[in-house]
Amino acid sequence: MDDPITLSSPTRSDAAFTWPDRIYANFKHARVRQVGYVPDTGHARLITLCQADPEIIDVVLTTEAEGPGLVAGAALGGQRAALLMQSSGVGNCINMFSLLQNCGFPCLILVTMRGEFADFNPWQVPMGSIAEQTLKLSGFLTNRIDRPEDVDEVVASGCDMAFNGNLRIAILLSQRMVGHRR
Amino acid sequence: MTTALNRREFVAGILRDRGDLLVVGGLGSPTYDIAACGDHPLNFYIWSAMGSSLMVGLGLALARPDRRVAVITGDGEALMGIGSLATIGAKQPGNLAIVVLDNAHYGATGMQPSHTKAGIDLAMVARGCRFKTMIEVSEPERSAETRELLFAGDGPIFVLARVEADDPPRVYPSLDGHATKLRFMQASAKDASLCFGRPG
Repeated sequence: MDDPITLSSPTRSDAAFTWPDRIYANFKHARVRQVGYVPDTGHARLITLCQADPEIIDVVLTTEAEGPGLVAGAALGGQRAALLMQSSGVGNCINMFSLLQNCGFPCLILVTMRGEFADFNPWQVPMGSIAEQTLKLSGFLTNRIDRPEDVDEVVASGCDMAFNGNLRIAILLSQRMVGHRR
Repeated sequence: MTTALNRREFVAGILRDRGDLLVVGGLGSPTYDIAACGDHPLNFYIWSAMGSSLMVGLGLALARPDRRVAVITGDGEALMGIGSLATIGAKQPGNLAIVVLDNAHYGATGMQPSHTKAGIDLAMVARGCRFKTMIEVSEPERSAETRELLFAGDGPIFVLARVEADDPPRVYPSLDGHATKLRFMQASAKDASLCFGRPG
């Protein structure tokens, strides 16, 4: 079956072909087969795309802390896995990240940022403001995306480095790009 | 009088003639029990990330629907990842079995009592999480029946094995996570090239 969305020839208008579609297209191109997530407004469209894809097993988690174990198990079974989470979820994962580093499992995480731009809820700031440093300390290389037009290139790079290089890659999607929370 | 299993004999019983069964070992005493049966390339031992073993089993079971997967862990490790029982229940992997060696104590840290000592029943939790098959075992003669479940039972399967609260001599497998991972993948992979990162 042909991928419904290809990297080279977007079939929709730019307005409809949003950044979550670009991430999904890269997942397809990189043959990502498992996607773990806790439901999230910012990732809602990407989650819907993954749920609708019979080639992708979507796994709803009770906590983001379940994600690294899922990724490790998928890799042991020869499948590529990605995680979707909010910046708050990064903190939930810290000790579980050790599994990925200790064994050299590939891992790609897409993080929607909270507490950094026009967020109504100041309680999101403490974790949001340390999410990137936390990921770096936990063995991840990080990239940050502020503009939708950068999504394709950065996510493609993340897929390559994670899955071809057995590395831990986190991509932070800025709150200004993802959308305000009021 | 309540009976309890000898953990080493029970694990040896369920892993006898294991064939291509994929085994994930939870952090702590279960790792020593599994290693005591003889090191095996289809064992994946976890030495960190307490609470992750159930999810490693789920990711593996989803990736390999053609294989049976058994997670063998302890009550303390399972309690730390208790939400994963719900995550597994939601996905209903038919090829996954969770075996909890429940001694009601934290063996690795000096035998402090765990929540199961206070009557918390993990089998009841598994039932509530829609596990298809549940079994509680405390008699040694039932290890063969338990083994049968791992290979042919209707999953997800939950085995609550009530074991003695003892601390048998530790049997250490390799601590090298990269080596254990690669060995496991090479021994189980459908496509050996998937074991290594490579361009493309």
